[in-house]
Amino acid sequence: MARQQEKPRSFQEIILRLQTYWAAKGCAVLQPYDMEVGAGTFHPATTLRSLGTQPWAAAYVQPSRRPTDGRYGENPNRLQHYYQYQVLIKPSPPDLQALYLGSLEAIGIDMELHDIRFVEDDWESPTLGAWGLGWEVWCDGMEVSQFTYFQQVGGHDCHPVSGELTYGLERLAMYVLGIDHVMDMPFNDPDAPIALSYGDVFRQTEQEYSRWNFDVADTAVLLRHFEEAEAECEAILACDDTDPKTGLRIVMAHPAYDQCIKASHIFNLLDARGVISVTERQSYIGRVRALARQCADAFVRTGAGGYAG
Amino acid sequence: MPNLLIELFSEEIPARMQARAAEDLKKRMTDGLVEAGLTYAGAAAFSTPRRLALAVDGLLAESPTTSEERKGPRVDAPEKAIEGFLRGAGVGRDQLEIRDEKKGQVYFATITRPGRPAAQIVAEVLESVIRDFPWPKSMRWGSGSLRWVRPLHSILCILTDDAGEAQVVPMEVDGIAAGNTTEGHRFIGSGRFSVRSFDDYQAKLKRDRVILDAGERADHIWQEATNLAFAQGLQVVEDRGLLAEVAGLVEWPVVLMGGIGEDFLGLPPEVLQTSMKEHQKFFSVKNPKTGRIEKFITVANRETADHGATILAGNQKVLAARLSDARFFWENDLRVAKEQGLEAWTDRLSNVTFQHRLGSQRARIERIAALAREIAPLVGAGPDLAVQAARVAKADLSSEMVYEFPELQGLMGRYYAEAAGLPPEVAAACEEHYSPLGPSDDVPTAPVSLAVALADKLDTLTGFWAIDEKPTGSKDPYALRRAALGVIRIVLANGLRLHLDRFVDGQLVRHKIALNRADASPDEIDTLEEVLDEIADHGVFGAAFRAVMDRLQGSKDAPDLGDGSLLRTVGDLVPDLSTDLLAFFHDRLKVHLRDQGMRHDVIDACLALDGGDDLTLVVARAGALGAFLQTEDGGNLLQGFKRANNILTQAEDKDGVEYSFGADVKFAETDEEKALFAALDAAEAKIGPAMQAEDYAAAMGAMADMRAPIDAFFDAVQVNAENDVVRRNRLNLLARIRGICLQVADLTRIEG
Repeated sequence: MARQQEKPRSFQEIILRLQTYWAAKGCAVLQPYDMEVGAGTFHPATTLRSLGTQPWAAAYVQPSRRPTDGRYGENPNRLQHYYQYQVLIKPSPPDLQALYLGSLEAIGIDMELHDIRFVEDDWESPTLGAWGLGWEVWCDGMEVSQFTYFQQVGGHDCHPVSGELTYGLERLAMYVLGIDHVMDMPFNDPDAPIALSYGDVFRQTEQEYSRWNFDVADTAVLLRHFEEAEAECEAILACDDTDPKTGLRIVMAHPAYDQCIKASHIFNLLDARGVISVTERQSYIGRVRALARQCADAFVRTGAGGYAG
Repeated sequence: MPNLLIELFSEEIPARMQARAAEDLKKRMTDGLVEAGLTYAGAAAFSTPRRLALAVDGLLAESPTTSEERKGPRVDAPEKAIEGFLRGAGVGRDQLEIRDEKKGQVYFATITRPGRPAAQIVAEVLESVIRDFPWPKSMRWGSGSLRWVRPLHSILCILTDDAGEAQVVPMEVDGIAAGNTTEGHRFIGSGRFSVRSFDDYQAKLKRDRVILDAGERADHIWQEATNLAFAQGLQVVEDRGLLAEVAGLVEWPVVLMGGIGEDFLGLPPEVLQTSMKEHQKFFSVKNPKTGRIEKFITVANRETADHGATILAGNQKVLAARLSDARFFWENDLRVAKEQGLEAWTDRLSNVTFQHRLGSQRARIERIAALAREIAPLVGAGPDLAVQAARVAKADLSSEMVYEFPELQGLMGRYYAEAAGLPPEVAAACEEHYSPLGPSDDVPTAPVSLAVALADKLDTLTGFWAIDEKPTGSKDPYALRRAALGVIRIVLANGLRLHLDRFVDGQLVRHKIALNRADASPDEIDTLEEVLDEIADHGVFGAAFRAVMDRLQGSKDAPDLGDGSLLRTVGDLVPDLSTDLLAFFHDRLKVHLRDQGMRHDVIDACLALDGGDDLTLVVARAGALGAFLQTEDGGNLLQGFKRANNILTQAEDKDGVEYSFGADVKFAETDEEKALFAALDAAEAKIGPAMQAEDYAAAMGAMADMRAPIDAFFDAVQVNAENDVVRRNRLNLLARIRGICLQVADLTRIEG
């Protein structure tokens, strides 16, 4: 058994330890994607890179937004903006479970004292047209990560299969640090000259966004943006593969996918505003999925997607 | 005779799939071995979260040599035919034997299949079992193409001979070669080790903290849990499903008991139990004195130096967070129920689709309320109360608690209805109208609950009939068979006297109105509404529809009644749908009664009569008939009836006429004949009124009285007499027997 790690003291230390750990295990440590997304899976480093035959190994923090989960910063566990830590390795290595358990040790979970369990949890993203099999990982009865072997993304079968790990950072950190309310969690070192709590950093923004998400966001504008993103995505993908200016073959999978992400987030905002009925919901999800599919189709026609012609 | 041991070691197998997978492994392996000629003495399969294992004892060391003789073509047959035969039999010409047969000389081949060693057969069978394993869901991983429930890491496959020598069965699947090693517990084992036999395997696993047998793990958990609870004067709430699931989540169960915070003890016990079970897989621990759930049992997968203190503290913390959520839902819901009432929740259900063609839950509730009003008087409920109950019975679907825990629907409705100060009958209906769900569930008996329960189920059935989404084969996504059985059980258990036809017809029309409201003219909708009112008066659709049509025929501004018009279509369709749905009820009734030991032909005989939509009546008749047929008189009367019916049917076929009436005693020649006339008169006089009064025992008694005269008649009288007048009179007499018997039941359907 590995030697017992010294306990981390802050939220950021946990993030840093994960970064160091996965870097040491050979992952490219990427930075967050610069757009609003609902989960780390939406980062093109996961969604698009899980497609095609090219090997891939990446780890990154992804700020994630779930407008309906806003609680004005008052709920101890719920936030409309939170961090996910995401690891994607393709093909999934045979020792991925052991690698994952190593990461828990790295952030100070003592394997000798805790009860770690892999509990069935099949993952499906109707908006991405994606599914996989795996588990939620429990530490003493608490879900600390999602562990998924991607089987299909954007309607494409995954060959080879990627292994995806998603850590809900706030929840995991609260557990490791023994904190009951997220806003009380030390963000940086509690002994730093200017010690900041999670609340110091995010309490105000949680309030502001909760108000905007639920009551203020202009739904007419959002609806228009949704349509525009959808149209732009399709327009991008309708372009000829050959760029007339450079004469190069440039399939614009990523710019198109940005529009798909945008549409997905706008849909989430509309949902939080309560203007989407149950029946419409399905149809919006279907529209985003159609975009995700087309982007996936485009990506596998790029070099990164394994296109060799 | 060697013993075989197989272990398929993988990443964590979902708990719910383990037991079935172990059985599948056993069945498929042993079937495959036997098919290849390897018989065995015994086999046992095991599962843990990380492995499936199979031990087969007393396997043959090799499959027996078999030989088969095959007859070929004649010696002078064309060369091609002989070559074909040689190819098929896999022998050379010099191995053929020539025998003299009647038709000349014929080739014979003896095909000998030498026995094969067990290892070879095991390798082949195991590979195909792994490749075609029937997992409910399987996956690929890495760069491979093999499918398994989760990544498969190693295969252990050994044959152990009588001397205890183990030999690895050489085989490989997708790069995983079989060996003789495995590993124990993920965290508290000691790495990989080799095994020589099943006993060695099981013992070493235990040493490395794995209990192989799921039953042993479950027993251990239950034993420890009840001991821990008992020591504090408490009781574990039994939950076999949860026990099996938890036994599938651990290889080395360690049972821990913890307390539930004082703050949460005010939650309804069902909420505590559900939240702990669904989210945490905890058992509930009850104080038998107060009936409250005060503690929980959790099962860890390991021992620790601090005796589980850290694990228990963590679990307690997670539970507190979960229960805070539950309390938040509970308090919010109670506030809404008290301040806004349950109907506010019902209104919100207009945004919730029940089924895309059948509209929203809100619309569905309104239809149920309308039907509950009609049913109420027949079950002893106040119509207004039934409507009130129907309108709030599904309100809790809008509550936060039911959104979080769908399985608490109904029960939460009851709590919230009580909190809102609604009448107790209404609160009870919120919970009870879903019943019965399973075949052994209790059936509601309170009148208001009955009205809503029946209306709910009938609305669902008629709705799916109206849009032609009936169950087919094993597909019944909307659980319509269960709904029909629910109606049957409610009616029978309460002895309800209802004509289902009337309510089925009415509700079909309600569905047709809802389905066509968008496209139909207001006049057409009004007319259908009128038909609904008429059904309430006339009792059946046909008469009601005709009455409304007759009234409209003359009127100038009547809606379109021509062929293909909405009203004509509905007029044509509803009776067919209704008949079809009633037949569906009858099928379910037959299954239900057969399960209770009633003969299906007896049920058929009673269903053939009028009044088949009054299920209580049908069952009363069937009960009386079944009992009657068990008596000596009953059995003999049936034979008499059949004899009469056979003679009559043959004569009718031959003569091309129906002998149905006109038997006259003045043409009777023998005493027996005259006696039969008298007996039939007497029976007829009794049976009609008895059936009318639903006194089936009396009707059967009157039938029994006919038995002796019928027997005597057949003994003494030749029906097909020379004299045509006498013959016809006798046939008409037989027709009377038939007619009288058929009043009671369609005895032609009785077997034997």
